Amino acid sequence: METKGLGEIIGRHNLFAGLRQDFLDLVTGCAKNVRFKPGEYLCQEGNPANETFLVRTGKVALEIAQSGVGRMTYQTAGPDEVIGLSWIVPPYRWTYDARAVEETRAISIDAECLRNKCEADCALGYEVMKRFMPIIVERLHSTRLQLLDVYGTRKST
Amino acid sequence: MALESQLEDRVLDPMVPSIARVTARREETADVVTLEMEAEGWVGFEPGQFNMLSVFGVGEVPISMSGDPSDASKIIHTVRAVGAVSRALARLTPGAVLGLRGPYGTGWPVGLAEGRDVIVAAGGLGLAPVRPIIYQLMAERHRFGKVTLLYGTRGPGDILFREELAEWRSRLDVGVEVTVDHADHTWHGHVGVVTRLLRSADFDPEKVTAFVCGPEIMMRFMANELGDAGCPAQDIYLSMERNMKCAIGLCGHCQLGPAFVCKDGPVFDWPYLKPLMAVKEL
Repeated sequence: METKGLGEIIGRHNLFAGLRQDFLDLVTGCAKNVRFKPGEYLCQEGNPANETFLVRTGKVALEIAQSGVGRMTYQTAGPDEVIGLSWIVPPYRWTYDARAVEETRAISIDAECLRNKCEADCALGYEVMKRFMPIIVERLHSTRLQLLDVYGTRKST
Repeated sequence: MALESQLEDRVLDPMVPSIARVTARREETADVVTLEMEAEGWVGFEPGQFNMLSVFGVGEVPISMSGDPSDASKIIHTVRAVGAVSRALARLTPGAVLGLRGPYGTGWPVGLAEGRDVIVAAGGLGLAPVRPIIYQLMAERHRFGKVTLLYGTRGPGDILFREELAEWRSRLDVGVEVTVDHADHTWHGHVGVVTRLLRSADFDPEKVTAFVCGPEIMMRFMANELGDAGCPAQDIYLSMERNMKCAIGLCGHCQLGPAFVCKDGPVFDWPYLKPLMAVKEL
């Protein structure tokens, strides 16, 4: 009963909306509900990336610590967004900290479990990659714009 | 020629500024100030228009109007101190005298948004030229559908018009979302590029008019994002910034393809600008 509820929740999330039911069942088999209080970390830089999170409610800050500056937030993620892309490629390690800014509810998907299912079923693997790839591209694009520092002061009159 | 006639010719010369006097100065951020001024003969402006402001002995620059278009008693400009003239402008204090020509340029076609949802998307100092639209939307709120302001800037310390943003956000009939490119842990708002805010905005893409102002690259990506969301190109308007000198379409400094930004713009629709923005280094 609980698993079925979880499947419905996952199927309604932006990432997996419209996913074939048999694939959705496979993904759901790797998933669980998680909850974080403000200030709690979903993941920390350097740790094994053995989860990916589908945010349901709340807000999460993606941070990188810089010596002499402290923690800098470069993106926030909210409902219907995904935290965790490092589970896809070796060495499967988090490259940032993710801190709950607000009370946050999410679906945690066990990375090894999903990777193994993707390896075993190429059609599932392709479908999952197709859904993660736009997030990777969008994040790359956003990072490019942030690096351009478009609001920065330019020489002018 | 009689002296009286010579004087009349000078007054009619569009390159001769009238005299304005600063009546109030407000520091918005570390390098942005808002100047309130008055000038004899000032009759008001349309949202989106600009004035040529001159600091005598230093130079002249185009600066967008950032005040309330319904209040013709005040001339309000928000200036970022980045060059010799704008730094001199930003240092002016109440009582200071400066030169003013204007208003010039096309305005935002706010009337075309009547009965429709409205998205106002601003980046950085681009919030200043759209502030007159927001004043107008607020004053005539019943004429429009859902109104959403999306504002992105560099960091929390660069946010303009903080008190007004808070006031607008407190209204139940306006959506206001602010994001910054990066922040420290004391910031609890959104972090990320402004285009991402569009995804959670509540509007009918087939019945929305969008007004976009900010750095050119930000406007380009926002216009594309609006298009991806289903908003027709002809309902998207952008305000261009170019090196305006004469402000009356004579000198050609602000030429953008076949248009002069000072005279034909600065507000253009996206179907007009899209092919021009695709031309590298135009």
